[in-house]
Amino acid sequence: MNSSFRQRRLTAAAVTALAVAVSATACSSDSGSSDTKSVGNGTYTIWDPYPQFAKSSDWAKLLDQCGAKAGVKIKRTGFDTSDLGSKTLLAAQQGNSPDVLIVDNPVVSTLAEAGVLTTTDENKLDTSKVDANLLAAGQSGGKTYGTPIGANTLALYYNKAVLKKAGVDIASVKDWKSLTAALAKVKAAGKKGITFSAIGTEEGSFQFLPWFWGAGAKLTALDSSQAVSALSLWKDWLKNGYAPNSVLNNTQTTSWQEFATGDYAFSENGTWQLANAKKAGFEYGVLPIPGATGGNASAPTGGEFVTVPVQKDTGRYTTSQKLETCLTSGDNLYNTDTTLSYVAPTSEVQDKQVAANAELKPWVDAVKAAKGRTSDDLGTRYPKISEQMWKAVQSALSGSKSPTDALSEAQSAAK
Amino acid sequence: MNHTTKLQAHRPTVARSGAATAAPPPARSAKRRITSTQWAAWAFLAPVTVYLALFYAYPLYRNLDLSLRDYTVRSFVQGDAPFTGLANYRKVFADPTFAPALLHTAVFTAVCLVFQYAIGLALAVFFNQHFRLSATLRALFLVPWLLPLIVSASTWSWMLSSESGVVNAALHAVGIGPVNWLTSPSWSLTSVIIANIWIGVPFNLVVLYSGLQSIPASLYEAAAIDGANAWQRFWRVTFPLLRPVSAITLLLGLVYTLKVFDIIWIMTKGGPADSSTTFATWSYHLGFGNLLPAFGPGAAVGNLLVVAALVFGLVYVRVQRKQGLS
Repeated sequence: MNSSFRQRRLTAAAVTALAVAVSATACSSDSGSSDTKSVGNGTYTIWDPYPQFAKSSDWAKLLDQCGAKAGVKIKRTGFDTSDLGSKTLLAAQQGNSPDVLIVDNPVVSTLAEAGVLTTTDENKLDTSKVDANLLAAGQSGGKTYGTPIGANTLALYYNKAVLKKAGVDIASVKDWKSLTAALAKVKAAGKKGITFSAIGTEEGSFQFLPWFWGAGAKLTALDSSQAVSALSLWKDWLKNGYAPNSVLNNTQTTSWQEFATGDYAFSENGTWQLANAKKAGFEYGVLPIPGATGGNASAPTGGEFVTVPVQKDTGRYTTSQKLETCLTSGDNLYNTDTTLSYVAPTSEVQDKQVAANAELKPWVDAVKAAKGRTSDDLGTRYPKISEQMWKAVQSALSGSKSPTDALSEAQSAAK
Repeated sequence: MNHTTKLQAHRPTVARSGAATAAPPPARSAKRRITSTQWAAWAFLAPVTVYLALFYAYPLYRNLDLSLRDYTVRSFVQGDAPFTGLANYRKVFADPTFAPALLHTAVFTAVCLVFQYAIGLALAVFFNQHFRLSATLRALFLVPWLLPLIVSASTWSWMLSSESGVVNAALHAVGIGPVNWLTSPSWSLTSVIIANIWIGVPFNLVVLYSGLQSIPASLYEAAAIDGANAWQRFWRVTFPLLRPVSAITLLLGLVYTLKVFDIIWIMTKGGPADSSTTFATWSYHLGFGNLLPAFGPGAAVGNLLVVAALVFGLVYVRVQRKQGLS
């Protein structure tokens, strides 16, 4: 009896302590956020999705230089690109947003919807020189939420030796039919056809889009006959052994590793692999992704936007704008895009890039023809559509559903 | 069935009488002088309570709150999400992913537990023989436990890759066609189960081995004198005496396995076509796997997992109490 009394008293004590602690945390979370801000008005935080760049890298040095020019100290953090969106939302919720945020372009509309980003009207950023098709990814509801730091897109890399051995003339590859015929020849010659990434994430949608758009399909109608034809193209490649089954689990990096073995004729991959292509040790070429019946398909634009998140102290925008302008203008933009292996978002710098490296010419053309995923005012509808799209691709390629069924289910789920 | 209803019928009365008697004591104790030992007791209690509240109670409360509100990205940031009651739970239950995820979670947990326990026990009995090199070999078995999960999961996913995987190469060598371990809807769950069993065996081995150490050798000698063979000695001596250790091993294993996320996410991302999605990966996928996070439903799925683990924990406590009484 006595012991049970004591137990109860302890429980009562525990409950009081808990109540105190909970209210204490509620207070401390507020004071915590103001603490970080008071690190000093002279320190500006920058978040970027380039964790691969260490403190000694050109990128980090550029940030410091821009900071010095604006008369402030820079505190930079590099995040994994897939984490950055949710990290930013959490930070915004805590009132802890960075001063400058560099973020993948399809995330911009989501963050804008959440009210995390300032518009160019508020932060006085000049976006007049930027190519309209690239800027569109950062626009929604008639407002612009940042400026692209650089752009990349997808094209087909091909291995010259493999094609030669199979007797394929690359000039003959003009549409899907001729591409599939080339793959058949490559397979007959004992080599492997094409590799891409059809993984169940945004990357999978990104890689599927050139074929989807190349068939003439629209993101608002996932179940159109054009969409089915694009998915059937991939499905048939897998069925006939022109593409490996591993594409279902391939990221763009692992897909590139497959191509780098030298066994594959084609690889759908991005501008950012150019540096690796030179190291691959075989002769390669780059071909824009063909449309279903010829011409070049629109590929989706990749690359990040420089944005200024909303701050309590609106006086900080002036300096943030200086930092942003420093990062995205003139020589700095050229250097950054060279470091990142990106195509510049302004024609002025693009010309400079092509002049310095003629290899970039097909990529600059591809970027000019490319289309933002969240463009056409899709905005935050895109993530939902994209998720259903990659699911449909996975279902069809793994054989659990036919392309028609998979896409019609996707369309009804995406509505 | 009958048993559980009886238990449920019994519990409320206990709780009610508990609440009824719990209320008066503070009033009574206020009259009494609080002794210094009591203050000391409270002081000793404070750090743990604060810690528990900060790092356990508050996150749990937040997760519950998340699951009961309709969060969009906007209301998540502005903090004005409307309270929607159980709408998120209804949404989750009605989702076409729910049934497969439930089935996969159950199969994944049950199969992993059975194999981890059986293999762990077999190895523990084997290493209990104290032969030469047994310590070294036992240490080797701990490797999966020591490796960071991201390393082991990446290694498994590389080994099981359809194109360049060593497993398919080995199968090819013995004349079996390639299996799409990670990319076929009929194999992906099996693949992650195999990897998870491999990771879980060392834990079972270590705990069961230490359990074996506490069984006195004299019992085995007595059994041997009575003419019990090795098989009978295992089933009549080892297994019953190991029951308390087995129970806690299985319970811990269950909690660990229910929430396994890294291995599945790294190996298959729950795919292809949801064929290896469990509640853990689904919850993550809802909350973070998309450009447009659905925090509410994600938290709801997470809470279902917490409840499942809690139920099994309570079952364990009850079983133990019964054992203690008998």
